[in-house]
Amino acid sequence: MDINTKKLKKNAFRVTKVRGITAARIRVPGGFLNSKYLPAIQAIADQYGDGTIHLTTRQGFELMGIPFKDIPQVNKMLQDIIDGLGINQEEHDQGYPASGTRNISACIGNRVCPFGCYNTTRFAKRLEKAVFPNDLHFKICLTGCPNDCAKARMNDFGIIGMTIPQFEANRCVSCGACVKACTKKSVGALKPVNYRPQKNHDKCIGCGECINACPTMAWTRSQKKYYKLTLLGRTGKKNPRLGEDFIKWADEESIVKIILNTYDYVKEFIDLTSPGGKEHIGYIVDRTGFQVYKEWALKDVHLPAEAVVYSPVYWSGLHFN
Amino acid sequence: MGFILNMEQMDTFLDSLKEKYLIFAPKRFINGGNFSDTDCIRYDLINTADEIEFDEKSKYSFKEAIMPISQTLFYFTESITTTPEMSNKKILIFLRNCDLHAVDSLDKIYLVNGFPDHYYKKLRNATEFVVMGCDKPFENCFCVSMDTNKSEDYSLSIDKDIDKYKITSKEDSFTKVFQDMKVEESDVKPKFVLSNDITVNIPTDLDNTVSKSKMWDEYDTRCIACGRCNFVCPTCTCFTMQDIFYSENGKVGERRRIWASCMVDGYTNIAGGHQFRVNKGQRMRFKIMHKVLNFRKTFGKNMCVGCGRCDDSCPEYISFSNAINKLDSAMKEVATHE
Repeated sequence: MDINTKKLKKNAFRVTKVRGITAARIRVPGGFLNSKYLPAIQAIADQYGDGTIHLTTRQGFELMGIPFKDIPQVNKMLQDIIDGLGINQEEHDQGYPASGTRNISACIGNRVCPFGCYNTTRFAKRLEKAVFPNDLHFKICLTGCPNDCAKARMNDFGIIGMTIPQFEANRCVSCGACVKACTKKSVGALKPVNYRPQKNHDKCIGCGECINACPTMAWTRSQKKYYKLTLLGRTGKKNPRLGEDFIKWADEESIVKIILNTYDYVKEFIDLTSPGGKEHIGYIVDRTGFQVYKEWALKDVHLPAEAVVYSPVYWSGLHFN
Repeated sequence: MGFILNMEQMDTFLDSLKEKYLIFAPKRFINGGNFSDTDCIRYDLINTADEIEFDEKSKYSFKEAIMPISQTLFYFTESITTTPEMSNKKILIFLRNCDLHAVDSLDKIYLVNGFPDHYYKKLRNATEFVVMGCDKPFENCFCVSMDTNKSEDYSLSIDKDIDKYKITSKEDSFTKVFQDMKVEESDVKPKFVLSNDITVNIPTDLDNTVSKSKMWDEYDTRCIACGRCNFVCPTCTCFTMQDIFYSENGKVGERRRIWASCMVDGYTNIAGGHQFRVNKGQRMRFKIMHKVLNFRKTFGKNMCVGCGRCDDSCPEYISFSNAINKLDSAMKEVATHE
């Protein structure tokens, strides 16, 4: 058997423990798909695989037990899904291109969740279009609110939804629901002054708990949507760590630009001698220093006036090396 | 007399009123809901007819236009009090049939129950009403059961028919404006609903012994005491007082009154820390009995008008109408215990 494993991997197939047997990985951007694509997934699993499906940790499907020889047929059957999910593809009927940049994962967001501050699916799809296909090892994750159910902070880029609560004093009935919600469920940015809540904007994390709790619409959401961008969280062997806050009250446009700028930065500074030519961004930033990264990341980025940039950023986490 | 106005004529009519009237109507606040990317329909001053939301029920009622959520009653310095200036403009409110019946409930509390309330009376006397007809009942409405599906005591009725407004006028000054504008006259019949998906039955033998029923207990754990049912209700009239001392000079300040809710913690607190109704089920009992019995004992009519806004906005999906419909078996339950 003569198979180019490098090409195989870049085509989103896996080299498994069993010789000659692969697994097909189907990325689902934002974890959102129309149910009409499920029969095709089932058909591939039944016809070419062992009839089982693994739900991946980054919101994809992994169809197991597929012989290498069936890869072309599987790729043909994937075409409808690839078209339907809006995946940037290089060649028709050739399956998923590239596997370095991981699936952009997202929580269910404000399409369903009362806490979600934005449409995570829509933003995930926008990023999908902007960054794929790409062989560099990037992990991007979107979460609707600071609860971070999607675990955005464990990614290179964590995008956390925020809103700036707007207060209309004359609608306040002093019921205390916002202060209680902020104190018990969030960061305690509200305190009662003369029967009404007073907000410490510096402390506020934009979760919107006060707005959801308000029975009279004294608190409402800002018309503009805001995001916190966290940087360079990671799992792995050497130094697993949570992503740290980089920008608070950022906008969508700036985040897309920062991520694209980071691809340029990585191309410039990546250690080509590292195994497989792959290197996590965080280790590159550890090497160049944060200031160099920041210059590259913020090049031609026009942040909103409300944005707060944290600099320098320091990471902690566990050190094993 | 009936008139049919196009959009442009309707705006001309509203423009002609603006000098004399503040015009309040249900308006869609885009992205103004509690949850992200949701709208909120609530009352506000409007400028043009297309701002008026006809297709959906407003989450909050008209009452904030004549009974502000927060109202300064007077300012005080060391020895002098002054009342705030109030607009001398008249008020025109667009509202539904059931809401107009709710105005009567508010009037009973603020004008008939003891001395008339100065602040309410001033706004109320300046107010005229435009009834917006209902083509079909909205979710949770039970106006027909409460006999509030139709009303008479309005200046104008209005029904929107795609890009036309069908209006009847009972007020000569408005009729004259339409005639001067040479608006098309027509035989217009105001719309109202004749049935709802929800009907309620208030037992004829209902009395306060029902407070001993076990029916209230489930609300102890279901209700979160947020007060939304009260704040959206067009007939809830409770308020509380706050004296504010300005921070730069603690001898100067203002007294304001703000809406209160019998469901929210603190409502029944008295000096010494006792609260009469700790359990949410008992708060629910107090509210329901006031709405469908105790108000009636004083004023001869039910307070509740069946708009269903309490059910629309309860985050715990507690249904007021369903609670009313449990009263019959609750009465039988307490009768067997005695």
